[in-house]
Amino acid sequence: MKSLAELQAIKAKMQNKVMLRSNDGEETIRVVVGMATCGIAAGARPVLNAFLKEVEDRHLNNVMCTQTGCIGICRYEPVVEVYMPDGSKTTYVKMDEDKVAKVVHEHIVNNKVVQEYTIGAFEK
Amino acid sequence: MKELSLNILDITYNSIKAEASLIQITVTESMKKNLVEIRIQDNGCGMDEAFLSRVTDPFVTTRTTRKVGLGIPLLKQSAEDTGGRFEIRSKVGEGTVTYASFRLDHLDRAPIGDMSSTITSLIQANDRIRFIYRHETDHGSFVLDTDELHEQLGDIPLSAPEVLGWIGEYIVENLEEIQGGKV
Repeated sequence: MKSLAELQAIKAKMQNKVMLRSNDGEETIRVVVGMATCGIAAGARPVLNAFLKEVEDRHLNNVMCTQTGCIGICRYEPVVEVYMPDGSKTTYVKMDEDKVAKVVHEHIVNNKVVQEYTIGAFEK
Repeated sequence: MKELSLNILDITYNSIKAEASLIQITVTESMKKNLVEIRIQDNGCGMDEAFLSRVTDPFVTTRTTRKVGLGIPLLKQSAEDTGGRFEIRSKVGEGTVTYASFRLDHLDRAPIGDMSSTITSLIQANDRIRFIYRHETDHGSFVLDTDELHEQLGDIPLSAPEVLGWIGEYIVENLEEIQGGKV
């Protein structure tokens, strides 16, 4: 069984990393997941978790995942918005865990928007 | 909603939006009593009587992006569909208590689902709120108090991915213990 004392080890391991994170604030990529009733019912929770897991596994210290309420396009949920450091914003719609892996790999790591998952591709 | 844990996640966002600093989530599942109970209590801004009386109406919402609010009506309906009960009490300046009960063996009762993901998602949403999550079964009970986690971690935020991952596993392990391998 896990015990709360294990957190001490995580704390020790993380102390250096937190420093690193706070240093490169300007280059932060922001991932925003819509978590209102519409999003949750459509599967936003596993999408959020998939992003958090990818960020942890790939040690992407410059990515910040946050949650928001209803974005207003409920029929496209789960909706994820990606804000790049240059100010560009991409809206991904009808997301799932598999799509998250591709967005992280192509867009967040390699700076290439996954056009086929964007709201633009769905509205055609 | 496919799981009660998703209803819990959804309803608890109301507490976060009400600027609560303490949110207590209690889940009770008892085969003996044939009952599942969910209770979400916060010390947020609360609602006045006029709003409270209309809050189970789907056409009432605080959101500005559209005119329907389905979180509370959905929970109420899923409780009542199983012969359970729904209740919401609130006082301005004191907070809100949302309660729902379900007949455990009713065919329409959704499974409790992934409580670990629900709790970690909530902590990720706002790690400055104190969450106390209690889960009780016929076999025992489990309590997670985020203040106890802060005590161990000092200034390391609970929302750090490594910490969240650990919390998730910690909850899963403890729930398996008290659920005796079922569900």
